[in-house]
Amino acid sequence: MNLLEIKNLHAKIGNEEILKGLNLTVRAGEVHAIMGPNGSGKSTLAHVLAGRENYQVTSGEVIYQGKNLLEMAPEMRAREGIFLAFQYPVEIPGVGNSYFLRTALNEIRKHRGLEELDALEFLGLARQQMKLLEMDESLLNRAVNEGFSGGEKKRNEIFQMSVLEPRLALLDETDSGLDIDALRIVSKGVNALRAPDRAIILVTHYQRLLDYIVPDFVHVLADGQIVKSGDKSLAFKLEEQGYAWLEKDAANL
Amino acid sequence: MSEGFLQQFVKDYGNEPGWLRDIRRSALDRFAALGFPNRQQEAWRYTNLDPIQQTAFKSVDFSSPGVIKTVQLAELMGDTIAAQRLVFVNGHYASELSLAKGLPDGVIFGNLSDMIVSHPKLLEESLTHYAPYQDQSLVALNTAFLHDGAFVYIPKGLALAQPLELIYVSSLDGAGIAGVSYPRNLIVVGDEAQVTVVERYVGVARDPYLTNAVTEMVGGAGSHIDHYKIQQEGKLAFHLGSLQVRQGRDCHFSSHAITLGGKLSRNDVTTVLSDQGCDTTLNGLYLVGGQQHVDSQTSIDHACPHGTSRELYKGILSDQATGVFNGRIIVRPDAQKTSARQSNKNLVLSDEAQVNTKPVLEIYANDVKCNHGATIGRLDEQQLFYLRSRGLGEPEAKGLLTYAFASDVVDSIKVETLRNRLKEWLFVRLAGQGKLEAA
Ligand SMILES: Nc1ncnc2c1ncn2[C@@H]1O[C@H](COP(=O)(O)OP(=O)(O)OP(=O)(O)O)[C@@H](O)[C@H]1O
Ligand SMILES: [Mg+2]
Repeated sequence: MNLLEIKNLHAKIGNEEILKGLNLTVRAGEVHAIMGPNGSGKSTLAHVLAGRENYQVTSGEVIYQGKNLLEMAPEMRAREGIFLAFQYPVEIPGVGNSYFLRTALNEIRKHRGLEELDALEFLGLARQQMKLLEMDESLLNRAVNEGFSGGEKKRNEIFQMSVLEPRLALLDETDSGLDIDALRIVSKGVNALRAPDRAIILVTHYQRLLDYIVPDFVHVLADGQIVKSGDKSLAFKLEEQGYAWLEKDAANL
Repeated sequence: MSEGFLQQFVKDYGNEPGWLRDIRRSALDRFAALGFPNRQQEAWRYTNLDPIQQTAFKSVDFSSPGVIKTVQLAELMGDTIAAQRLVFVNGHYASELSLAKGLPDGVIFGNLSDMIVSHPKLLEESLTHYAPYQDQSLVALNTAFLHDGAFVYIPKGLALAQPLELIYVSSLDGAGIAGVSYPRNLIVVGDEAQVTVVERYVGVARDPYLTNAVTEMVGGAGSHIDHYKIQQEGKLAFHLGSLQVRQGRDCHFSSHAITLGGKLSRNDVTTVLSDQGCDTTLNGLYLVGGQQHVDSQTSIDHACPHGTSRELYKGILSDQATGVFNGRIIVRPDAQKTSARQSNKNLVLSDEAQVNTKPVLEIYANDVKCNHGATIGRLDEQQLFYLRSRGLGEPEAKGLLTYAFASDVVDSIKVETLRNRLKEWLFVRLAGQGKLEAA
């Protein structure tokens, strides 16, 4: 089943067109890696899918689980199972990590017709996930991402993902800023989420991550379009040769 | 202009002592001479008192029509913060709702007008000494009419662990009478003594009314005083309040002014660090919407060396609400080694809400560390998106961020019952649908 279908997507910010006719189909159970030069539109794509309002979709469509995704508010997308692990997670002083995540989880559970969890039940679940991700429990009592190190922020994103159990996870450069051990641990967390009814799109610059989270497909996003798709071997080629050969290809299209 | 108020003056306040009668007369004269403040005065530029002068306020008592009876009142007041409390209804002491017993020997905690009779000497020595009425017309007005209120006396060396609560309820319900009350509190804290006082103004009146409140306070050498004021007056209320403090040597004083209610409210906090080594904290939070207007004026007067002060006032304004912050820090020539920090931060949630903020530093000494700043901002779009991207609805996400903005002021409240109650009140106000629960 197609979980996500992006057809000829154009999006701009201000007067700048960033996505210029992007096509991508993701089926349940698949892992897609998106690579591409800086500024090519990878984060833009992730944000547009998550519902960031300052990007304007000018044409094209996005069908998620058979529904028009672009009509949904960001919170509805989240409740329907979309999760974006941010490239730059936002610090929110004054909002407790634990309270925030429990509120989010309960919104999603309510939407799915499940019982809400009380503080104690939530804590049990949260502790279990933190253990898997080898995170310090004290992070739960701190404000969301406030004063977290770069790596802690990324790990916190994956922690949130593990608790919220999305159907479609968008991981935007979750590997950047992680040390070698953290990369392994975070990958374990991501792999634990892999399931036949779920899909993952991961944006990365490094083939290294794909050793841990082996993708079914690798795409290259350049200048607002997917210009090349292949299997995981494409990532090795990119690692060796960079993107220049592709841009020539694209120019010859 | 002020005649309407003057006519209310009762010539005979019973058999009160001569000194008090003199003060009353002289305060009345001062008010007659000064009149209500007007917008030509710098400190009143953004607050218009015309609506007050155009309303015919009347003093009301328990027998007046429309006054809510005490049984219902207890419910309306909600849970009390502290075990020991004095309750005033429409300006009158309500002994049946109060509980002033069970305090250590030497502590005096009672209704001001009773205390004038029972402790005349103590009162004569301090009443009006810390809130001078000669140049402040609203203090003069209060002084001319003062009657009920709290007298708190903490003897030398005594640290009172439990907070003392003062509750002022206005409870006129639709009888068409505009009530006025003049709460007056006097708090005298001896050397090395410690006390926490919580003042709450609660309005359950559907008619306009005016509260003209003055609290004066003196802290002895090495004393510790925490003062909290929570203003939750009725929707149509006018609240003109003033807290005036004199800190003695090494006195630690903190004030928290939380303004939630009222149609028009003005809150003055003035403290004089009158000897060496004083420490002052002024925190404030105003949360207003609709067409509320709130004006906070603070003054920290560093008169002596080695004083430290820190001030944080935060404002949240929505709809067409308007706010004013005017924070003055004075460092006198003698006040070397002063350290003073001041900050006013405002969160504006709508296009029509407005705030005028003016921090003023007047420094006449050279060896000092002072800084101040003011900001007016909006909710952070990235934070909002982050919360929504996790499933929180827009109103809840906004409520949570707004609450977060206020949280440092809330968290600085040391009285646990009060802190928790305030969190609940804020969550109810901020959460839109009331879905957020106190964290
Ligand atoms: N607010 C904005 N105004 C104008 N241009 C913007 C704005 N935000 C992003 N852009 C531009 O959009 C383009 C795509 O940015 P995007 O963040 O999607 O790139 P990316 O592929 O994720 O890059 P990276 O690999 O560096 O993370 C960039 O050229 C960026 O400068
Ligand atoms: Mg990016």
